[in-house]
Order: sequence, then C-alpha cells, then structure tokens
Amino acid sequence: MLKILKYSIQDLLRSRWSYVYFIFYLLLGFVLLFLNNNMDKAIITLMNIIIVLTPLIGTIFGVMYYYNSREFTELLLAQPIKRNKIFIGQYIGISLSLTLSLVLGLGIPFVAYGLFKSAIIFDFVLLLIVGAFLNFIFVALSYNISLSTENKIKGFGYAILMWLFMAVIYDGLFLISLVMFNEYPLEKFALAATMFNPIDLSRILILLKLDISALLGYTGAVFKDFFGTSLGLLSSLGVLFVWVILPALNIVRKANKKDF
Amino acid sequence: MKNLLFSFLFLSTLSFSKTIEVCKTCAINSIQNGIDSASDNDTVLVKHGVYFEDSILFGKNIHLIGENHPVIDAQFKGYALIIEAKSFVLQGFKIINIQQSYTKDYSAVRVLNSTNFVIKDNILENVFFGFMIEKSKWGLISNNKISSNAVEEASSGNGVHLWHCQNMRIEGNHVSGLRDGLYFEFVSHSFISGNTSTNNIRYGLHFMFSNHNEYHHNEFNNNGAGVAVMFSKFIKMHHNTFHYNWGTASYGLLLKEIYDADIHHNLFEQNTIGINIDGCTRIKYEHNFFVRNGWAIKFTGGCYANHFMFNNFLYNSFDLSYNSRLNDNTFNFNYWSEYTGYDLDKDGIGDVPYRPIKLFSYIVNQTPETLILLRSLFVDIINFSEKVSPVFTPDNLLDEKPVMKIIND
Repeated sequence: MLKILKYSIQDLLRSRWSYVYFIFYLLLGFVLLFLNNNMDKAIITLMNIIIVLTPLIGTIFGVMYYYNSREFTELLLAQPIKRNKIFIGQYIGISLSLTLSLVLGLGIPFVAYGLFKSAIIFDFVLLLIVGAFLNFIFVALSYNISLSTENKIKGFGYAILMWLFMAVIYDGLFLISLVMFNEYPLEKFALAATMFNPIDLSRILILLKLDISALLGYTGAVFKDFFGTSLGLLSSLGVLFVWVILPALNIVRKANKKDF
Repeated sequence: MKNLLFSFLFLSTLSFSKTIEVCKTCAINSIQNGIDSASDNDTVLVKHGVYFEDSILFGKNIHLIGENHPVIDAQFKGYALIIEAKSFVLQGFKIINIQQSYTKDYSAVRVLNSTNFVIKDNILENVFFGFMIEKSKWGLISNNKISSNAVEEASSGNGVHLWHCQNMRIEGNHVSGLRDGLYFEFVSHSFISGNTSTNNIRYGLHFMFSNHNEYHHNEFNNNGAGVAVMFSKFIKMHHNTFHYNWGTASYGLLLKEIYDADIHHNLFEQNTIGINIDGCTRIKYEHNFFVRNGWAIKFTGGCYANHFMFNNFLYNSFDLSYNSRLNDNTFNFNYWSEYTGYDLDKDGIGDVPYRPIKLFSYIVNQTPETLILLRSLFVDIINFSEKVSPVFTPDNLLDEKPVMKIIND
C-alpha cells in the first residue's frame, strides 16, 4: 500500500497539479495578508475560501485522478496486490498531496508574516486541520462516485452536484426548514443538522474559534454549550473523522465488489 | 486689583485655618478624633498607617487629606465615611472592606447634601458601593481607583453612584469589578470624562433620568452588559470607546428612550451589539467607528429621526438590523467596508446606494436559530439577490451617498 501511496504522490507531483494548487494557496495567502495587513481578518476571509474551495478542489481532483489513472489501475489489478490496498493507497495519496499543498501554501505566507508570535496560531492550526479533513472527506466522496459510474461525464456531473448540494443546497433546505418550523424549539434540530454536512460543521467549528461565538450564544445557549466547550470541539472533530472513515470504508467495499 | 483680592482671600484662609495631624503615635490617633477636634476650614492630615475605623462621621467644612494613602479598614461594619458637610475635600486615602448588604447601600464614602466638594486620588478596594453621592451639587470626583470582586448582581454595588445631583464632574477614575461602574440617576448638567470602567458584572456606565450631561473620553471594556443609557434627554456622548462587551446579552451601548442626543467620535469595537436603539428619537450619530461587532446597530422599535452621518462601519457581521418595514431614519455619507459599488465621477461618493440591511439579518430577526448559517455560501447568495431587488427589507433604508474611503478626522 505504501508503494502505491508513494507512486500516487509522485504521479501527482509529476503532473504539476499539486504545484498549481500549492502556488494558488501561496499567492492567496500573500495577497490576503498584503491586502488586510491583519492576520485576524485574513483568517476570516481564508475561512470563507477554505470551506468553499477546498471541498470543490478535492472533489474535482478525486474524480479526475480516478478517471485519468484508470488504465494504470487496471494494470495494477492484474498484479498480485490486494484491491483495497490499491484503492486506499491511491485515495490517501491524493488526499495527502492536496493537504500538503494546502498546509504549505497557506503556512508559508502566514509564518512569513509572524504567525508564531501572534495569538491566532491556534485558530490558524484549526483552520488547517479542518481544511485537511475537508480534503480527505471530499476526495473519498468523489472516489465513491467515480467508482460507481463508468461514464466520465456522468461522474463529473454527480461529483459537482454533490459539492453543490453540500455547499449550497443543503444550507438552503436547512434555512427553509428553520424558518418554516420556527414555532418549535429548533436548537437541537439545528445542532443535529449541522452534523450531517461536513462543510457546515467545519464552518461552525471555525466560527466559534473566531470570536463570533457570542453571536451564536445570543440565540440559544445550546449551540454555545455544545460547540463552545472542548468536548464540543473534540466531538465535532470526531464527527469529521467519521465523515472520513465511512466513505473510505465504502471505497473498499465498492472496489472489492466491482467488476473491472 | 483682582490679584490683590485673591491674595487677600488666600492669606485670610491661611491665617485662620490650622492643620491637625493624625497618626498612630500622635496625640490624636484616630481619624474620627481628628475630625472632631477640627473646626471649619481646618485641614486634617492623616499620616500613613492602618486605621480600623468605620462610620466616620463629619459635617464640618474641612480638608481631610491622607499622606501616602493611609488605609481605612471598615472591617465589614457598614460605611467607612459618612459626610454631610457643605464643602469638603477628601484626598489620598485607601478605603477597604465594606460590608455587603441586601437592605442597605453601604458605601466607602457616602456624601449627603453637599454643595461644593472634591474627592480625589483615593483607592477603594473590596467595597460594596464605592462613592454614594446623594442630593449634592458642584462636586469633583477625580482620579480614584475603585475595585471590588462582585460575583452576582443582587449582592454587589456600584462604583460611583450619583443620585439627585447637579453640576458634577467625574474625571479620570478607574472602576472595575463592581455591579455598575458608574451609575447616575436624576443627575443633570454634569461632565463625565476620562474614566475607565472595566470588568463590571452589569454595566460599565448606567444612567437614567439624567438630562443635559456630557460623557466624553471614557473607556468601557469587558462589562457584562456594556453601557446602558435610559430615559434621558439632551445627552452628549463623544470620544468614548466601547470594547469587547461580548456575551449573550451584551451591548456596546444600549439606548432606551433617549431624545435629542449627540453621539459622535466614539469607537465601538468587538461588541455583540454596537448600539442597541430602542425608542429613541432625534439622535445624531456622527464620525463613529463600528469595528467588528456582531451587529453594529440594532433597532428594536419606535425609533424616529435618527441620523447617521460620516460613520465608519468596518467588518461587522451585520451592519444593521431593523425590525419594521417603516423607516424614518437616515444614513448618509457613511463608509461601509462591505460596499461594492463604484465611483465613476471620482467625487469620493459611491454612485450606487448601499443597503445596510441584508436579507439574512432580516431572517435572523424572525428566526434567531438561523444564525447558525452565518457566513455560509447560500446566505451570501440570498443576500446578493435581496440586494439586487429588495423584497423583505425596507426599500428606503439605504445610504444614498456611501463614501468610498474610510473617514478619518
């Protein structure tokens, strides 16, 4: 598995997409800090970008890589290697290389601007952790989609739709249901609903670390009691972890059954 | 001629007044005895030391001066000083340990019916109420440090508490850890400036029924509920800073039933609500900075003729929240960090009006739980569509002339 993982990363590095992604984040980080000249504000802007773009890029990368390396994968399958090792190796390879680009791309500008001396280092680290989780989650989801669809165009379509659903449509439905049922106590429902969307969960996790927590507390103590505590933080990270594990297991299940 | 008269007056006071020294090893070794043996216009000089005295009483017009902050320890037995003199000076003491009570307002210094007094350079620690001034005029309270460790509202008192006073000056005091830092009720024609009020469990500044006052260059930080001003007319508030009043029921500034006020050159930074405006009429807000608040301004009803000009709204989660479709308030020439318009004629004023109310802020008003969707992509999309064609928000609530650059002056 490690060999396949290594190969995937090398392959991505050779295809230069990792560099493009890395340079994109690097530029973004420098431009944000240059324009804002204030790390606090840069982090808020960065959050908006991370929770929208990271999943999108993860999704597209996942699908693209699967379809592109399909022939090579078939070649590998002819060798005496376990199927799940091949696919999990590829999956971790992509996710790791994306995460590496993210962490280095954003880390370098912030470190250059004196991150270690500022108080927001924990917020920043949390931001990167959440970004990494989103990479792993969305690459896994897109791998699931591409494994179950032979048609490239269809696969891309479903993957983009999945991203659109998580990033936009889900929140729309969520908002509508909150407004429709506003005569009922909705705090618990809202809390549960955020757990079913990794983007929402990441957004709230970061928001709560960025001093906006008081706004959430303003409406219902439930949010703050839950997310504001370290238990809340840990359990939200735990849920994000589950969001990685379940699709990854599904990759294994699908790959083992699939007829190539 | 005038100088001559002054020097004559000065000499006359010198010649008739005497100084009485109080110290632990002197003939007079208690403050009460010192005061008792003084007569009008005398100075009682208290040397450094710890004096275990409470309910020190005086009605004479004297100067009570402490040298190197002698400590008056009231040992939790009621008031420390009760002053009923028409004219007096109280300076340089450290007063500690005032009793808590649920029925009496025990204070470090209680002043009644005074008409001309100075209280300055005192340190108050672990007090219930700090200065309790009742029915007095022409007083100066300056450079005092008041601190305590209030835990809950019911069992704590106020730092500077003025009741039925006129023409007072409250300057350069530091108040922390009480219920309300500065509290004024029925106070008029007074100036409150240069004070710092922090970490109080309720309000940093609280005044009610207090007309014709001016509050400037004060700082209010980290107070449980910020600053509350209620039921007052003709107030001027300027050059104050309202910081970090974060919490579920916290305001930078809560205005309730205020008429004809001027609020300018203030800084509201990182408060849950910058200004909460409730039933306020004819108020001018100019040259204020609203920086990174949850809501910069929240209207909660019955507000007419509030005029906002030359203010800066920077990076607030919501610039404005408004609860009705009728609007009689105006916004002009403000700078909004979220303004995305253009300025083709280069006159520094945006060509497209700015709408400070977002659809999401309207939705949050209706269904507070939706706040959990703050900063979601979907919310940005609906805000944008509402901005293009307003349906839910009052369509005349806009800044016709948003300024393109931050207003610094």
